Amino acid sequence: MSKNAWRPTASIKALRQRAALLAQIRTFFSQRGVLETEVPVLSQRATSDPHIESISTQCSGETAYLATSPELGLKRLLAAGLGDCYYLGKAFRQGESGGRHNPEFSMLEWYRCGWDDRQLMAEVTELLSAILATDQVQSLSYRELFLRELQLDPHSASNAELVSCVAREMELSFTPRERNECLDLLMSHRLEASMNEGITLIYDFPAEQAALAKVLNDQQGTPVARRFEAYAGGLELANGYWELTDSKEQLRRFEKDLAYRRDHLRPLQPFDERLVSALAEGMPDCAGVALGVDRLLMLAAGYDSIDKVIAFPFSRA
Amino acid sequence: MASYSTNEFKGGLKVMLDGDPCSIVENEFVKPGKGQAFSRVKLRNLKTGRVWERTFRSGESLEAADVMDREMEYLYNDGEFYHFMEPESFEQHQASTDAVGDAAKWLKEQDICTITLYNGSPLAVTPPNHVILEITDTDPGLRGDTAQGGTKPATLATGAVVKVPLFLEIGETIKVDTRTAEYLGRAKED
Repeated sequence: MSKNAWRPTASIKALRQRAALLAQIRTFFSQRGVLETEVPVLSQRATSDPHIESISTQCSGETAYLATSPELGLKRLLAAGLGDCYYLGKAFRQGESGGRHNPEFSMLEWYRCGWDDRQLMAEVTELLSAILATDQVQSLSYRELFLRELQLDPHSASNAELVSCVAREMELSFTPRERNECLDLLMSHRLEASMNEGITLIYDFPAEQAALAKVLNDQQGTPVARRFEAYAGGLELANGYWELTDSKEQLRRFEKDLAYRRDHLRPLQPFDERLVSALAEGMPDCAGVALGVDRLLMLAAGYDSIDKVIAFPFSRA
Repeated sequence: MASYSTNEFKGGLKVMLDGDPCSIVENEFVKPGKGQAFSRVKLRNLKTGRVWERTFRSGESLEAADVMDREMEYLYNDGEFYHFMEPESFEQHQASTDAVGDAAKWLKEQDICTITLYNGSPLAVTPPNHVILEITDTDPGLRGDTAQGGTKPATLATGAVVKVPLFLEIGETIKVDTRTAEYLGRAKED
């Protein structure tokens, strides 16, 4: 153990900047009448997301899970009639560690009743421009981004075209298996780096990347996920949906996630059937978004690694 | 041989890639929020010195390379091979011109170098960060010009050419940083 291992990796200045950022976020929402609320961090249910792993622990003799996001709890509160609300607190993800990831991180997630993804994108932009002090904002669809940078339509390109595009752009130790894997590789290795310094919003994702967003036809008649991502300086900050409210479709998506997990030998954990019940009871039409607060602080205060904005990242926690 | 999974990849780790021993320079964990996780890795091929960029699926693994760094004393060059000795065991190793590469111009007998062994044979040689060498050739010194910033090239006993201040003369010994070929100062008289 090194002699300095007790010390925080973030400077005292960075910790003061964190406190100021949290206060700024809370003011932003209180001025807009969005209610702060808490949801469990320790839960009996895990995420079903095929690419996110919950951290499991023991509680009262049963396996319990640390929440990978406040989404399930917040949606149940929406169904119960809480109205516009946000969570600002911790989320946990197994195995996510690096210059821009820590297994325990701070997340801001909020919901707007009666809004669609486009309206919420405008509010995300207002929050980000205020915090990052920039008015440079670019908004384009997932298809436009791929066409602009790679002359490739991500919705209509054949699997072979996607695989050969990936092969042109990067060296891999494996052969990509699925469309989504190709698209993720191109997004993370090539397209994020093509974004400029300001805020970039990407919307209308491929339907097979819908997660918990509604799928609707775009103007060209292609079914797209009404999902968006916000980036600043090429760093992914937020992911939002025009939320799925159909309980039967929700159940189908959970089951599809589980099937994917089974096929790819990922851990199988209980999903939240209480969310399905909440949706069946009736969740208001709404849009929601989750934002990584540590990364926002990195960008706002100019730090190049997440360890510089977290007092004790997992290596010292 | 052991193997390492992507979550164990870190700078300095020695692994086999495409049949060649490599040293990991950098490992970046990449994961779109709703997408798959990858490790974007920069590796230096220890045979060629070239840096490769390669992306792995999270959880993939690479075989460890039987590569280790040893401190050894440089003995002599017999025209074909450079000879080194482990100071404790007196075990001797011979390194080819390829393995020594650019380090050759800094090698002074009895200096302690880092030898990278691959399957027991020298693969690469790293000279000490700082070496003390005699100037064997340079333009005549300009007396009284100790304060000015000008420099001139000087050839050292091992063949390296470095920029030195104008006042230095043939026969003087100087301290040089081998990583940058930068003149650090006159060597102190022992």
